[in-house]
Amino acid sequence: MAESQFAYVTFIRTTMEKLWQALMEPEFTRQFWFDTVQESEWKPGASWRILKPDGSASDSGEVIEIDPPRKLVLKWRNEMFPEMTAEGYSRLTYQLEQKGDCVKLTLTHVMEKADSKYIKAVSNGWPIILASLKTLLETGESLKETRRWPEGM
Amino acid sequence: MASMGADVDKVFKALAAPERRLLLDRLRADNGQTLGQLCTHLKMTRQAVTKHLKLLEEATLVVPIWRGREKLHYLNPMPIHEIAERWIGKYERGRLRTLSELKQKLEGENDG
Repeated sequence: MAESQFAYVTFIRTTMEKLWQALMEPEFTRQFWFDTVQESEWKPGASWRILKPDGSASDSGEVIEIDPPRKLVLKWRNEMFPEMTAEGYSRLTYQLEQKGDCVKLTLTHVMEKADSKYIKAVSNGWPIILASLKTLLETGESLKETRRWPEGM
Repeated sequence: MASMGADVDKVFKALAAPERRLLLDRLRADNGQTLGQLCTHLKMTRQAVTKHLKLLEEATLVVPIWRGREKLHYLNPMPIHEIAERWIGKYERGRLRTLSELKQKLEGENDG
């Protein structure tokens, strides 16, 4: 199969609006996403970047589809590791659905390339970021190890 | 206390059968397979695989994603990750990893 993909599903006891906000707003992402912020006008075709605490971009791309608070699709390329940047753009999709008192968050990350190094690398990062996001929204505190940018990265 | 999201009883029940753990192993080795692909080289009927996949999907350990008419199955590590978060403290994690690496080295790559 000429693509690499991962899919993650987690249930978070929160509202669609709050989760949507947490996925993109700096005061949330700084807490659960290694002290990073995202920069975008959040409309189709707008550029999109993740900025590290030092202000440089770790990832960049553009907004493909945005339907608040249900669906966001991003074109996404790593900007930190040349061999991953060379793989080109991946596609990230967040889907939010209300399920009882929880919101079901489905995240898929796909690269149109077999054995993508980048998809393999992000597959190590997503579970801890999503676990921290869940903990933050449910308890008010994110997981400690996700509050700082990892040293040496 | 954070919620355990997907019904935690369903997760443990889904993990409590060797056939279903084998299916998860297959997806871990090659993520995003169709039912047909999962059935090859397995000593299970297609009906049995379908039944096991249904339980794995209900526990969200397997996530189905449609590509055209093909239903692809993906391993979702989040429920297991959440169980680990609940009972393993962040200071124990490093020590447990060291022990687990030592175990793997001594026993070879076979998981028990």
